[in-house]
Amino acid sequence: MGLLDNFRSANHGRGSASVAKERLQILVAHDRIARGRPSYLPKLEREILDLIRKYVDVDPNAVTVSYEQDERQEFLELNILLPDQSEWYQSESR
Amino acid sequence: MIGGLGHLGLQEDLSLSRVIVITSGKGGVGKTTTSASMGMGLAQKGHRTVVIDFDVGLRNLDLVLGCERRVVYDFINVINGEAHLNQALIRDKRCNKLSVLPASQTRDKDALSVEGVGQVLEELSKDHEYIICDSPAGIEHGALMAMYYADDAVVVTNPEVSSVRDSDRMLGILASKSQRAEQNREPITEYLLLSRYSPNRVVRGEMLSVADVQEILSLKMLGVIPESQSVLNASNSGIPVILDTQSDAGQAYQDMVKRYLGEELPMRFTSDKRGMFGRLFGG
Repeated sequence: MGLLDNFRSANHGRGSASVAKERLQILVAHDRIARGRPSYLPKLEREILDLIRKYVDVDPNAVTVSYEQDERQEFLELNILLPDQSEWYQSESR
Repeated sequence: MIGGLGHLGLQEDLSLSRVIVITSGKGGVGKTTTSASMGMGLAQKGHRTVVIDFDVGLRNLDLVLGCERRVVYDFINVINGEAHLNQALIRDKRCNKLSVLPASQTRDKDALSVEGVGQVLEELSKDHEYIICDSPAGIEHGALMAMYYADDAVVVTNPEVSSVRDSDRMLGILASKSQRAEQNREPITEYLLLSRYSPNRVVRGEMLSVADVQEILSLKMLGVIPESQSVLNASNSGIPVILDTQSDAGQAYQDMVKRYLGEELPMRFTSDKRGMFGRLFGG
């Protein structure tokens, strides 16, 4: 773009299109990740959490289920954050 | 209920013709304008084409094509067996290769059933090469019915954040909710049509460019329709804008139809109309 761009940007708030593009790229990437996930994931996460909470009083945010996919494999990653005995009621949500 | 269609031989029969859905998610981006012009364009190239209005309750395709006073029976009448397809189809007076199947103005969208739509499309496919489904806005029943049997999808997008996002959302739906997706067949071929494009505003950095939108959505670009007074003039008088051969939008639609039929053409009307000097100072 031209030399005059910098000058214009100061005066005319130029570049709202580039802001739009940036926001959309982030949003679309995010939406697409969510779209590729199997539809059972939220339910799975909830049921796992319920099961764990029968035995350990974990924070509702202590269980994360992530799903990734590349060309050959699908990864289902389950992450449970167990509270320390000492900080039983202080386990922080992530 | 979808599985029941297999023994109708629907899949095989439909493959003789091409079902194209014109969709977007967002309303007011130019779906009906595009359906009317693409239908007319294909018909003018000698292909038997029918355009179906799926916007039950809010029919407008008849108005844009200028045949609103000839509507007697509609799509829902045909689905319900209250009229024969031939009674409901309206043959265009300007081009006899083009027919229109209007939507019902009085019924509910739920009147569109997967089986009913499938049977009408099957019957249409016997004597039409292209079946264009003009989708209603949104992602609800009517829109899902419009895309369910599609072979190709034209996603109409404006260079504006909400439209681009909705288009991406629609791509996800096309990839998961269509018959092709459910039957694990080759996916719907998706095309992007960018409409209401203002090169001047793009140059000023106020509007997403063709390249920006293409980069975000990564789709094959079928055409860029410039923002043009001629679109309103055409719909005011019930003439598909593609017939206004003097206008930039009409010519852009002609290019779009040619590209759909396989021609390689450079995009027109995408650069700033101002001269070198104006562009220099415009950035």
